Amino acid sequence: MRSETFKAALISALLFLLAIGAWHLATLPKESAALAGADAEYAALMGAGAQQPGGFPPPAEVGRAFVHYLSDPFYDHGPNDKGIAIQLGHSLARVALGFLLAIVAAIPLGFVIGMSPLLTKALDPFIQVLKPISPLAWMPLALYTLKDSNVSGIFVIFICSIWPMLINTAFGVASVRRDWLNVARTLEVSPVRKAFLVILPAAAPTILTGMRISMGIAWLVIVAAEMLVGGTGIGYFVWNEWNNLALPNVIFAITMIGLVGMGLDAIFGRLQKLVTYRE
Amino acid sequence: MSQHFLQVESLAKCYPAAGATANLPVFENIHFHIDKGEFVCIIGHSGCGKTTILNVLAGLEEATSGNVFMDGREVKGPSLDRGVVFQSHALMPWMSVLGNVAFAVRSKWPDWPKDKVAAHCTQYLEMVGLGHAIHKKPAELSGGMKQRVGIARAFAIQPKMLLLDEPFGALDALTRGTIQDELLKIVQATHQTVFMITHDVDEAILLADKIVLMSNGPLARIAEIVAVTMPRDRARAEMHHDPQYYRIRNHLVDFLVNRSKTYAGVPRDDDALHPPVVRPGLEDAANPVITPIDHLHRRAA
Repeated sequence: MRSETFKAALISALLFLLAIGAWHLATLPKESAALAGADAEYAALMGAGAQQPGGFPPPAEVGRAFVHYLSDPFYDHGPNDKGIAIQLGHSLARVALGFLLAIVAAIPLGFVIGMSPLLTKALDPFIQVLKPISPLAWMPLALYTLKDSNVSGIFVIFICSIWPMLINTAFGVASVRRDWLNVARTLEVSPVRKAFLVILPAAAPTILTGMRISMGIAWLVIVAAEMLVGGTGIGYFVWNEWNNLALPNVIFAITMIGLVGMGLDAIFGRLQKLVTYRE
Repeated sequence: MSQHFLQVESLAKCYPAAGATANLPVFENIHFHIDKGEFVCIIGHSGCGKTTILNVLAGLEEATSGNVFMDGREVKGPSLDRGVVFQSHALMPWMSVLGNVAFAVRSKWPDWPKDKVAAHCTQYLEMVGLGHAIHKKPAELSGGMKQRVGIARAFAIQPKMLLLDEPFGALDALTRGTIQDELLKIVQATHQTVFMITHDVDEAILLADKIVLMSNGPLARIAEIVAVTMPRDRARAEMHHDPQYYRIRNHLVDFLVNRSKTYAGVPRDDDALHPPVVRPGLEDAANPVITPIDHLHRRAA
């Protein structure tokens, strides 16, 4: 088992190096002296700007972007020039706020829906219609009614996080084993105690699964939402660097988005393990 | 109104039909009573409504008609006065063994301090021989141990009456025997009033004071009530030396194999209020069901 983990890590490292190597070979500057000669005058006119070959950046250049941004992640030089940690912090704060609001709304509502087959049926059409709407489609409505781009971003996270949590909570609560509820009934357990000591722990693994899915979606959506609303955040950073045509920075930001997403998922994976019980 | 501790009066259950025609009642006209300290087993084939009767006694299910009175009060809904041991142990897997019993104890005595609850639970878990496993999770226990936790949980709230829904049905014969012995010991020590469903004829004879025999459903009824006339201090190892044991056992097996189906559709000729009480154990000793071995020897000589 241990040696398999080691082997897997080795293969992962090899694949990574292979990909970087292939990337490096594919972006090697083409030897074309004639072109360089013809452009000498242009180069003189443009100064340092002509050094940029305009093609896809090689790994070394991207590496320099990594070093540059990671060596000072917390600087703040005005609205268009902030450290990567600050940008990620803005995004994470939005996600956290929208996600918390979604928890506050979805868990109690999911409880009520899960307890009542009638409400499950009554609310099902609404959930089924609202669920597949792309969260970004809400953006114009949010901007118009909330009149604040930051709040609208949070709203978009809220609206995309709520559905998986709501559905999973309702499902988890509805499928709590009859026996456990009967035990609670024969012990004359009060409704509040029953909710917190029987139903919640019984449904917790399902609820956590919903939260994990929600968090994944929220992190996907925040990048797109920030590209739209601008100002701060990792999504805005990507868009800004695209406008600067600074592809190494864009690649750097993409990698960061992936790493943070992985971290968030790992946190929820850990939480899920905490509440999972073996029967 | 009722002089008995538990009084069941003209109980009937009819499940709503899926089609246009109404379903036949699963059982009807069920009358019986249990006195304080009595151990009553109910035996019958699947579908005769045993579990439904137990659930009605527990307050988990409502009968279509009829009443149940316990200790002079009508049974309406579940109550801490009646402890239930479920067929599938029904332990909460996220709680430890101690936690499961403590959950019950705290429901009964919410004002008890923590250490008193723990001491009380430990006492009952030791009683079922689980003193060493109180901090384990149910998933780490064997089927027999889980069922013991279920029994400890039911006893720990000191109910006026204990309801056992075929508690040993899922256990292997060896484990079943050990737990039966333990249950017997505890019940003899505590004089607990018990109502228990079982499919195991030997289990019923070992544990019960009387055995309620149900005919097959639908329209199941109490065919007979068998009084177990053997002395109360029974032991599983010696029980089969008692000549009464075979008479009772044969009577029960004969009922289950041959007679339980003959009641269907036959209007009853006896009084439903007082189903016949039989004492096969005390039947004519001159006509024994099993001829004792020494008797055979003598005859051969």
